Amino acid sequence: MLEKIRAFVVENYLFGEEGKLGNGDSFMESGIIDSTGILELVRFLEATFGVKVADEDLIPDNLDSIEKIVAFVQTKLASSPADRPSSLQSAGR
Amino acid sequence: MCGIAGSLQLRAGSADPARLSDMIATIRYRGPDDVGVYCKGPIGLAHARLSIIDLAGGHQPLSIAKDTLWITFNGEIFNYVELREELVKKGHRFTTSSDTEVLLRLYHEEGERCVERLNGQWAFAIWDAPQRKLFLSRDRFGVRPLYYTQTHDAFLFASEIKALLVCPEVRPAIDLEALDQIFTFWVTLPPKTAFQDIHQLPPGHNMVVRDGQVVISPYWTFGLRPEPVPEPRRQAQLAEELLALLSDATHIRLRSDVPVGAYLSGGIDSTVITALVEARVGKKLRTFSVGFEDAEFDESAFQQEASSSLGTSHSAIRCTHNDIARVFPDVVWHAEQPVVRTAPAPLYLLSQLVHDSGFKVVLAGEGADELLGGYDVFKETKIRAFWSQRPDSAWRPLLLKRLYPYMEGLQRQSLDYLKHFFHVTEEDVRHPFFSHLPRWELTAKCKLFFSESVRAELASRQTIEDLTGRLPASYASWPPFSKAEFLEAQYLMPGYILSSQGDRMAMAHAVEGRYPFLDHRVVEFAARLPIHLKMKVLDQKHLLKQAFKGLIPESIRTRPKQPYRAPDGKSFFARKDGYIGDVLTSAKLREDGIFDPKATEALMTKFRSGRDTSLKDNMALVGILSTTLLLDRLVTHRGAKPGQDPYEKSARLGA
Repeated sequence: MLEKIRAFVVENYLFGEEGKLGNGDSFMESGIIDSTGILELVRFLEATFGVKVADEDLIPDNLDSIEKIVAFVQTKLASSPADRPSSLQSAGR
Repeated sequence: MCGIAGSLQLRAGSADPARLSDMIATIRYRGPDDVGVYCKGPIGLAHARLSIIDLAGGHQPLSIAKDTLWITFNGEIFNYVELREELVKKGHRFTTSSDTEVLLRLYHEEGERCVERLNGQWAFAIWDAPQRKLFLSRDRFGVRPLYYTQTHDAFLFASEIKALLVCPEVRPAIDLEALDQIFTFWVTLPPKTAFQDIHQLPPGHNMVVRDGQVVISPYWTFGLRPEPVPEPRRQAQLAEELLALLSDATHIRLRSDVPVGAYLSGGIDSTVITALVEARVGKKLRTFSVGFEDAEFDESAFQQEASSSLGTSHSAIRCTHNDIARVFPDVVWHAEQPVVRTAPAPLYLLSQLVHDSGFKVVLAGEGADELLGGYDVFKETKIRAFWSQRPDSAWRPLLLKRLYPYMEGLQRQSLDYLKHFFHVTEEDVRHPFFSHLPRWELTAKCKLFFSESVRAELASRQTIEDLTGRLPASYASWPPFSKAEFLEAQYLMPGYILSSQGDRMAMAHAVEGRYPFLDHRVVEFAARLPIHLKMKVLDQKHLLKQAFKGLIPESIRTRPKQPYRAPDGKSFFARKDGYIGDVLTSAKLREDGIFDPKATEALMTKFRSGRDTSLKDNMALVGILSTTLLLDRLVTHRGAKPGQDPYEKSARLGA
């Protein structure tokens, strides 16, 4: 999961310049996500991991680094297993 | 409206008529009706004419005083009727009925200070033979353009940069510092242009070239103040005064020997102008507008409403994504600078509509947003300033939610994110550019796409800080709102709104724009207004709305502000023919060395994938594309000639 998210961030926000971003680095402090960029991330998470991201989830505590996103998605998946697409469930085993 | 060019030999030798003809030929689209060249000794003046006033007698260059004073003039002096009467009383005998002759005689009478008497939009050069002096001037706001450069032997000037580039000793090269500025402020800071060693005369400035010396001096500045003087008159009186001023400003802008039309955007500014014309002329006005296939940007319903309730005879075009992509190379060729938005393209199509409808002159609402509290950045500034007074307040930052209602990406943000993007640290509050930091920082993120070598070269540049040295002495004591107004009116308006979206797009199809809100009497009135009358709480253009109560449709008077925007990055990916890939090849990007080919490719991949893109992505894409097209067309000459679709070949192959 971390690798998938990292690949998305590198491809979409860093345009290939991978070396610069640590998994714990804050997106806001490094300025890699602009004010309209969060929705891209949300749509990616919804499409890829089958989670539902509510408006109230859109806070830096959930989304401001690769590690935070991983933790957020894991919490989401654990709390509502019914949301998980079957492909992901099997992949997880 | 017209195009001008000229040269003054600085050492020995005479001006070359063939060169002058070449220079003016490059910008003949600005003035297809007539062309004139005057060369004598060191001086050469050239003129391409769009005949608007004194159709028969207005040939230029024009001379008086037994051919000792010569002028080449692009623009209009709207108060020429009154000035002429005055000059006649003083004994001047006119040989034409043009405003050009009035201007030249006024110079004869009053010298360089004559410009202070002018109400108009101009760029001109006067050759004063007895004094061996070349006198150039540009209007207060930069409606009309004026560029110049100096070679070993000559001083050269013209309405557009391409007329200078036609001279073989003027070598075109992109100025990296200029690019750095555009990728921060959207504009270059005058006298800088996108090209090395080519300068622009800043708006509100005169220039004298004599004995090999060039002297540039301001003759006008925005009269913004630390705190507007207490206003004894009441709001209703001020609204009446604004209405009267605008009415006269519009009235004198109808002076023309050809019919005048108007742009109708669907917003309050152009509707106000249209209403004033109709009230004055008493007959059906011809209006023009651009709508979008993409509903997010389309204002057709409001345009229709304004047109039908004011009873104008209206024509509209509907702009598609493909239209934007198709004309964009020509748009950049005309704009002569990189742009980070596609918004000039629809205006290029609109001026074509005006031209094809047989019109040469249109009135438009430019200037109202800058001077009467219209822009969203002013609202943003007010909210941030209010919040910054109690940074820990729980409810003050909630007002950030009121910003940019038309931007979905922003609207769904949590407050934590909004607070981060619209930050108000103590340092921000003290910063001279408090109002503009969030947007300049956002635009500057596009520099991520600069190549490593360009980034290294620009690393020591303090682009934003460099602007500090140019501010008026009293700037520091102004309220944040006035500072924001100044930055918009002084830099963005001439450098982008009136040029890339204004003069260049209109003149590409021989159309002259006239802007009643940019009558200096209106501007000086607006500068004195208390801020709360421009924006009452968060009500944008409050006094203007009050002034026009009952005179324009209520639905337009009270509608929320929608800024003019056009579809950006996605416009270029609607075609199946690889359009953008053909312009932005890795080989070409490597050759130019300005942008990183790998990052650019990744950006294009993101657009091609159909995934969401951010504001930054769009500005970066349009910025990279326009810079490369500018290089294609004006520097390396890799592209097709103007007017051709350079991608026609690939379109055929793709079909």
